[in-house]
Amino acid sequence: MTDSGDPTIDKGELVAALRRFLPDDVILHATEDLRPYECDGLSAYRQTPMVAVLPRTIEQVQQILRVCHECGVPVVARGAGTGLSGGALPLGDGLLLSLARFMSILDIDPANRTMRVQPGVRNLAISEAAAPYGLYYAPDPSSQIACTIGGNVAENAGGVHCLKYGLTVHNILKLKMVTMDGELLTFGADALDAPGFDLLALATGSEGMLGVIVEVTVKLVPKPETARVVLAAFADVEQAGAAVGAVIATGIVPAGLEMMDNPAIRAAEAFVHSGYPVDAAAILLCELDGTAEAVADDIERVSAIMARCGASATRVSRDEAERARFWAGRKMAFPAMGRISPDYYCTDGTIPRKHLPLVLRRIQEFGRKHDLAVANVFHAGDGNLHPMILYDASRPGELERAEQLGGDILKLCVEVGGTITGEHGVGVEKINQMCDQFSSAELEQFHAIKAAFDPKRLLNPGKAVPLLKRCAEYGGLHVHAGELPFPELERF
Amino acid sequence: MTASRDASTDIQSRVIDAIERRAPLAIVAGGTKHFLGREAQGEPLALVDHRGVVDYHPEELVLTARAGTPLSELETLLAEHDQMFAFEPPHFGAAATLGGTIAANLSGPRRAYAGAARDFVLGTRIVNGCGEILRFGGEVMKNVAGYDLSRLVAGAMGTLGVILDVSLKVLPRPRETMTLVQSLTPRAAVENLCRWAAAPLPISASCIEGERLCVRLSGTVSALAKARGTIGGEVLENADAFWLDVREQRRPFFGGDAPLWRISLPPAAILDSPGEQMIEWGGALRWLKSNAPAEKIRAAAAQHGGHAMLFRSQIRSPEPYHPLPEPLMQLHKRVKTAMDPHGIFNRGRMYAEF
Repeated sequence: MTDSGDPTIDKGELVAALRRFLPDDVILHATEDLRPYECDGLSAYRQTPMVAVLPRTIEQVQQILRVCHECGVPVVARGAGTGLSGGALPLGDGLLLSLARFMSILDIDPANRTMRVQPGVRNLAISEAAAPYGLYYAPDPSSQIACTIGGNVAENAGGVHCLKYGLTVHNILKLKMVTMDGELLTFGADALDAPGFDLLALATGSEGMLGVIVEVTVKLVPKPETARVVLAAFADVEQAGAAVGAVIATGIVPAGLEMMDNPAIRAAEAFVHSGYPVDAAAILLCELDGTAEAVADDIERVSAIMARCGASATRVSRDEAERARFWAGRKMAFPAMGRISPDYYCTDGTIPRKHLPLVLRRIQEFGRKHDLAVANVFHAGDGNLHPMILYDASRPGELERAEQLGGDILKLCVEVGGTITGEHGVGVEKINQMCDQFSSAELEQFHAIKAAFDPKRLLNPGKAVPLLKRCAEYGGLHVHAGELPFPELERF
Repeated sequence: MTASRDASTDIQSRVIDAIERRAPLAIVAGGTKHFLGREAQGEPLALVDHRGVVDYHPEELVLTARAGTPLSELETLLAEHDQMFAFEPPHFGAAATLGGTIAANLSGPRRAYAGAARDFVLGTRIVNGCGEILRFGGEVMKNVAGYDLSRLVAGAMGTLGVILDVSLKVLPRPRETMTLVQSLTPRAAVENLCRWAAAPLPISASCIEGERLCVRLSGTVSALAKARGTIGGEVLENADAFWLDVREQRRPFFGGDAPLWRISLPPAAILDSPGEQMIEWGGALRWLKSNAPAEKIRAAAAQHGGHAMLFRSQIRSPEPYHPLPEPLMQLHKRVKTAMDPHGIFNRGRMYAEF
């Protein structure tokens, strides 16, 4: 629902209004043409949009938004549709704005180590285009083959190398964004900073709520001279958790520090044969990069720490092929789950690392409570958990139980001082849990920011930030300092 | 170490009182950044009594402290654990606080290689212009729940709210450091820095003063030895003192009465502006001492996609920050109103318009 009420025009009128300035092949309105847009990576939620458009130019995006703004038609922007929180889920009475045709690399500037790209350029394609200069784009979400930079910015995407190289927000310089009234704005600069408020940071991770991203200037970084991985096996999950803290405490910042528990190890090993020890309770993958000499030093130190923390076995990648093999199991963990379970539901909380053992224990308890198995892969270095809840959607009630279990895990993340989403975004998926993490005043502040960009609330309504009414219905309200939350609302 | 004190509710009361009276507040902590930007209108709201470390677990790489905590105390604490603020904040005076540093988003020599203050902000607690205490972000490395208002507040010069606490990512101190010095024309030095930045070299700071280039390397002994082979030059003695003087603007370049401009540019850009330059951040930061008209200096910066701020001058400029295009200024005003609907905080501190 939007604040402006229902659209003032119906589907036929909207199509006619769009045809006045768009060629026919830009507008999709037949049901069979709209079907591919009915969901993103969170496929449990589906909705066919009223109309979809695939514009080619920024001017067309501006015109489309102006028409929708005038007629009160809600708009959902979409990149590759790989998002895992339903951020690009369409609205039945809304327009789906696909940026799929914005796939040009506009400029590569090796001297300044930047690249200017359209939003539909794939994450990996940026690094491929930068490779001849010895450069790459650092954030590498696991969907990087398919996901696009526009979506990465909208979600502030991460990946396995965030601890050392940062998130999307740390790796972009400038954005062009069209606001709901059709205004084209530039945030950031070609320099390292820009005058005024940091609207670049505000727009990054704003989940399509503030504007439509139509151009991105990314930073490129030099490829490390070498990278090697230490694979350590542990008979006890808590030892593995302690080893993560011990590595960080010695002053090493690994390029990646990942953890998998036994169910995840078994599933991955059966699928890609990385050589993981299938009896281990947990494994750690610790990647170190830099000059050959520095990496050799660090490998030695990390191996010693793993042994001291009780690792039952430690292996070091000897060459690039072996490094790729060590990573293959981790990178294929999600599809590997798809082989052993009809469905799985992947969540995304972040916690202070010190609580890792407690949280792991509680996740297993929640699994028993809801009678579902959970396999865990983590970006352990960042404390970012991806518990994968295994279920079968064809069995009545299992999806609901999986969602309840996911909700329990996210609530626990908040309780130990963490967050309900580290990198996947809130979307529709975690909108209720936002009421666990934020007070009514904080949510109202978010709504006020939204209104500064989009006063009619036409961009991606119903996502990312819940209305207070929704939190009251969800009942997941936390009480601050004994005050009853949302005193302005009726209880029911 | 000074006594720790949580004055959140006192500060909140002051804000609520100011809102009721519609009396603007000028937020002040150590007062060391007073010279920056414009003069704020309003009654002073002191933050120095709101101080102390809230939480610090070195193995989590996160430190949370109150806004009025002296920066030097925090740096001493971090050093005890072999850690640091990787953005190497300038202090500009012994009284510098964490809150002022974040509000001004000030970063030092390591910025181009490690990130700016805003890059290390994980979370904040603020009092907004409705007198509410709000918390955004958190104490974890990755957090995309809600809009990133912590980073928005960083660099907003106190115009969007009163920063109460800040959580920052901290990093281990490098094991070894070496500074290499060589003679080069500024143009050749910038070219070299751009070439080196595209290679995996452990550079952590750079400074071009006249025809002298200084490059700091940080990392392992073996990595430094190898990088020295590529970069060349002689080892600079007392390098820590040199970088401290660069950070604190105590080098001879910063003397004299001419207006000091801070020009942010793509690193490889060639800036043609009359006046004396000192170059940092691999070319991305140009300090310019010049009496040229502001419009000329700004046009030269804008031509390269950058911007120019009048950082220090004998007479305070009514427009120290680079002017914003009108649609962006309108958006700034709406964002200001969203955070501070009655216009209570640091009115006019950045731009005359809000």
